[in-house]
Amino acid sequence: MTGETWTIRGRVWLFGSDLNTDLMMPGAVLFDTEEAQTRALFSGHRPGWADQVRPGDIVVAGRNFGCGSSRPAARSFANLGVACIVADGINSLFLRGCVSYGMPALACPGISGAVAEGDVVTLWPCEARVELLGGAVLKAVSLPADLLRTMRAGGILPALEQRGLISPSGTQG
Amino acid sequence: MAPAPAGHSIVEKILGRAAGRPVRAGDVATLTVDRAVMLDTTFFFLNQMRREILSVADPDRIVLVFDHEVPAPSALSAAAQSAGRAFAERFGIRRFHDLGRDQGISHVLVSENAHVLPGEVLVGSDSHSQAAGVMNCAARAVTILDLLQAATTGEAWLQLAPTARYDIAGRLSPGVGAMDVFLHLAGQRGDHSGLNLEYGGPGLGSLSIAERRTLATMTTELNADFATFEADDRLLAHVAERADRPFIPVAPDPDAAYAFRHTLELSGIDVMVARPHGMLGNTQPAATTGAQPITQAFIGSCANGSLEDIAAAAQVLKDRRVAPGVRLIVTPASQAIWREALVRGYLAVLAEAGAVVTSATCGACAGGHLGVLGPGDVCVTSSSRNFRGRMGSDRAEIWMSSPATVAASAVAGRICDPRDMLAEDAP
Repeated sequence: MTGETWTIRGRVWLFGSDLNTDLMMPGAVLFDTEEAQTRALFSGHRPGWADQVRPGDIVVAGRNFGCGSSRPAARSFANLGVACIVADGINSLFLRGCVSYGMPALACPGISGAVAEGDVVTLWPCEARVELLGGAVLKAVSLPADLLRTMRAGGILPALEQRGLISPSGTQG
Repeated sequence: MAPAPAGHSIVEKILGRAAGRPVRAGDVATLTVDRAVMLDTTFFFLNQMRREILSVADPDRIVLVFDHEVPAPSALSAAAQSAGRAFAERFGIRRFHDLGRDQGISHVLVSENAHVLPGEVLVGSDSHSQAAGVMNCAARAVTILDLLQAATTGEAWLQLAPTARYDIAGRLSPGVGAMDVFLHLAGQRGDHSGLNLEYGGPGLGSLSIAERRTLATMTTELNADFATFEADDRLLAHVAERADRPFIPVAPDPDAAYAFRHTLELSGIDVMVARPHGMLGNTQPAATTGAQPITQAFIGSCANGSLEDIAAAAQVLKDRRVAPGVRLIVTPASQAIWREALVRGYLAVLAEAGAVVTSATCGACAGGHLGVLGPGDVCVTSSSRNFRGRMGSDRAEIWMSSPATVAASAVAGRICDPRDMLAEDAP
């Protein structure tokens, strides 16, 4: 992945471990609008957070982030403008979602214990590197170049649309 | 000198065939998908984005099942099902389970109807799609977008994890169910993130296909990727009765490389429960819960809605009544199971005991309809997940157990070990 520069710098929101997708997209909004689903992100777990987070912010969490249902919760983070999710560990189905929905995400063991809420951190996803406030560097888990490219390019939907397999948004019926 | 390459696990062999080249842990591959399982939720998502599918790779490789909310409890849900019916009509989807005779939960229907066969690759956008792994196939959950890619291009991408192996030995004690095996694993072995699980061994034959499916479904809750079962005689007999095309069962290489290999001894497993808000490292024997009172009890879902599960509940509930203050809801996993439970008299036993039996759907498990929990409710359920808010209010508590334990607890009004009641019934 050398030769490509992808730098993400933002303010940290710190979350715990084992945050499941039922917390990110509660059953009450499972059959509701995308807007309602986005506003409900962590509504039970951390009420009001969806109004506090700002575009460009970074979500840092502990182990097993995004376990549970295959709900399109990665999309909600992207809709709120979250620049990247960095967690000690990311559930494999949720990480798939981050690739396919185009939501930047990195697994970085130790990150949740190394930052405080409000810290500004810098990430280089292609180099699997995270620089903390004060300059210390943590090694992240490398993602294959293909997956990083898809994640960065907005996921797999644009290609399905360009190939004429799925209609553009708003064209149904 | 370089070491000799180790052999492949079942899932690596199946995925290698689908990728057209050998694959190992860590590899990213684009695979040909044999079965893409679409749901009512797929069409809800498309409606929500105001998009539609313009082309499919092969209509015979698509299975369409309405299961999350059937019959539709809302106009948005009904609109999703209308879009799904129009899709099935437009592209000629033969494997379509609409409301009616063939209705049911996708994870049960794909193995009961042999929509997928040994050696094949299946993807579905529900997180319990691993359930199909009982068929000696490679089945896993993907996102709805990945599912749309699989349906329209015939392909899906995958990053392959290492495989761990459980060799099943012994047999279950009376009154102990497959759900107890999962709860034992969740309590004793905990998180399996970043692994595929392979189940086989000399004790596998003692487990029915439905019991294996409970384990396969619940492998999702161990956070593993694929759950793949060996093709033993019992599975091959099940497939032979149903298959409409040729297939090749896949065995692991004798020198397969596993992340770990562990014997899962069935005979010592106790009747277990999981406490609220999680399963991993959060279980205990049902007899030790200290008369935990309940307000609702649920038997159903992809985990435990089989005919055997309903039979186990009926055995406990025969000549008994659900306790005052407890609501017992039973949701068979398919209408075929519902009909057979009717013929065998189980539904009459359940209804006489005071249980409410619904038609086949994901129902209360997904918190959408037919038994949503309110604040302060305490539920014991045999369904697939007990996260906070899963079945409704985030101020409800969800305990998990086998169907027999749910039924006995509904009678007692508190969580208890069903073997005490079963012992009373013994001649």
